[in-house]
Amino acid sequence: MSTYWQPESESMDRKELEQLQLERLESTLNRVYMNVPFYRKKFDEVKFNPDDLRSLDGLSRLPFTTKNDLRENYPYGLFAVPLREVVRIHASSGTTGMSTVVGYSKNDIKTWSNLVARVLAAGGITKDDVIQIAFNYGLFTGAFGLHYGAERLGASVIPISSGNTRRQIKLMQDFKTTALVSTPSYAMLIADTMMEMGINRNSLSLKYGLFGAEPWSDSMRKEIEDKLKIVATDNYGLSEVMGPGVAGECLERNGLHIAEDHFLVEWINPDTLEPVKPGEVGEMVITTLTKEAFPVIRYRTRDLTRLVPEPCPCGRTMRKMTRVYGRTDDMLIIRGVNVFPQQIENVLFEIEGVAPHYQIIIDRKGALDDTTVNVEVSESMFFDEMKKQSQLKETIKKRLASELGISVEVKLVEKKTLERFEGKAKRVIDNRKI
Amino acid sequence: MLKIRNLDAGYGGLTVLRRLSLHVKAGEIVTIIGANGAGKTTLLKTITGLLRAQAGEIVFNGEDIGRAPTERIVFSGCSLVPEGRQVFPAMPVKENLLLGAYVQFKRGNKSEVEHDLERVYNLFPVLKQREHQLAGTLSGGEQQMLAIGRALMARPKLIMLDEPSMGLAPLMVKEIFNIIVKLQEEGNTVLLVEQNARGALKIANRGYVLETGRIIVEGEAEALLANRDVQRAYLGRDINE
Repeated sequence: MSTYWQPESESMDRKELEQLQLERLESTLNRVYMNVPFYRKKFDEVKFNPDDLRSLDGLSRLPFTTKNDLRENYPYGLFAVPLREVVRIHASSGTTGMSTVVGYSKNDIKTWSNLVARVLAAGGITKDDVIQIAFNYGLFTGAFGLHYGAERLGASVIPISSGNTRRQIKLMQDFKTTALVSTPSYAMLIADTMMEMGINRNSLSLKYGLFGAEPWSDSMRKEIEDKLKIVATDNYGLSEVMGPGVAGECLERNGLHIAEDHFLVEWINPDTLEPVKPGEVGEMVITTLTKEAFPVIRYRTRDLTRLVPEPCPCGRTMRKMTRVYGRTDDMLIIRGVNVFPQQIENVLFEIEGVAPHYQIIIDRKGALDDTTVNVEVSESMFFDEMKKQSQLKETIKKRLASELGISVEVKLVEKKTLERFEGKAKRVIDNRKI
Repeated sequence: MLKIRNLDAGYGGLTVLRRLSLHVKAGEIVTIIGANGAGKTTLLKTITGLLRAQAGEIVFNGEDIGRAPTERIVFSGCSLVPEGRQVFPAMPVKENLLLGAYVQFKRGNKSEVEHDLERVYNLFPVLKQREHQLAGTLSGGEQQMLAIGRALMARPKLIMLDEPSMGLAPLMVKEIFNIIVKLQEEGNTVLLVEQNARGALKIANRGYVLETGRIIVEGEAEALLANRDVQRAYLGRDINE
């Protein structure tokens, strides 16, 4: 069983937690109202006086903050402290559109490190581990967040950054790396490269993998765990809110514990903006409770998850969220049907003979959307066996149609013909011009 | 132990504290810091029932004391060491202390009072020396010790101190803060209201910063010491430092 990093917080009595959340929410609202003109204006617009908030539920009266608000206040407009009190600046990785800027005070960095240390400890890491951070070091919060958290925990950090996969593997062997931190798609690339290089997995000391920064599926986890012979956990965070450390899985591997003493999470229906019933899939909306330099109030993450209502056998009282099913802006509307790339990924993983690499291409032919899924087949599949090939194609088509509710074209491609990713994977090509 | 939710309080039609929430756990030293007029004393007066809460709840050991009379609040184990000590100058030290034991007499624990007195004398040997001296002849620091001792005589579960360092010489301030740490070591729970923010944050576990009746920052004492807002406003940090 994994250990707690901050046991008193992580297994806090729920009643105590609620009091703490209320206190922190109230002081956060007082501060943003005082220090951030943007929030003051927004609160005034809906005639909300922070003094009127009397319970956590009262938060629902407040307006949402969106990515667009962050962009419009580029770069420093939403900072709640003067720049001279900011010790670090990051920018979102800009997965979609222009990047947004966030800042951290000294205390913020300390809190952040502790929250990441919680996630690492929950994922099995101790100070005895040698941890290879294969996230891109830079403006993106992933690498530095994990880096500081791992140091805080006392682990030995290898700040290798992403890329140069063969060198990654060599260092894993030479430095006896025990834990890998990367995106799940990069972990997959490392596993494949290892096989190509003919490296025996048993020559490595790898035990744990902590993966995040992009949505992935349980089938992909299984694949990574089998190939690298590790225990793989998921962790979640976003720059606008803090970075990694917002939530992370324990070794139960059945949902991510949210650091509820620092973040208040709501789930809403992205269309109606009304709260969903507890346990239903919705867009996560996060309010920071302790951030000094860059607090956010009701930030729409665009990440779709679900609350896990059941308590966790690990003893942590912090509630769990499911892995991210997708992003509201990843959601593809194909012929009027909502489709998430992860749904397609899940289907592909369950079919034998298919490699976990795929690409979704959407075109518009006349008035209709035309979707093609390019799928790599594994070596065991011989291209000269036409019959087998068309059978496989039909199977994939059928399963996708029943999962998605629309029919898509499937194209089998040879191994290693699709692009590989060292950071976040880009698997959708949308050629529609609407 | 103490849990306050959304407290509004003040004088007559004037609301000083606005929507204030805080908590103190058993065994903690929690400090409330803030400038003059921030509402620190109003808060303590409201907890002890000297002022009636305008809204919100105050729960002490599971019991709602928001509307309770002061004597019941003291009975339930909540003692105040008031600002400016408020000892009875024309009474001897010992009698001042025995006055603090009033609730112990009422509780029928008369036999324990002698033992409690010894405990206070152990903590403050100087009070033993001056047992028969009139309280008015004590120094400021000694009077502060007497006020704390008097509060301890009620066998409180929570001790609240209002500006205990005020008007004391620097060495004596240090001494008083040492005593508060000692109180914690002996298992007491302390709510400390101070203008001497640095001193208070150095001995406290957690703290709340009060500004014009509202809490604007809360957190671990260590984090508050590092918070630049707190440093500038309450720790006298030079703006150009």
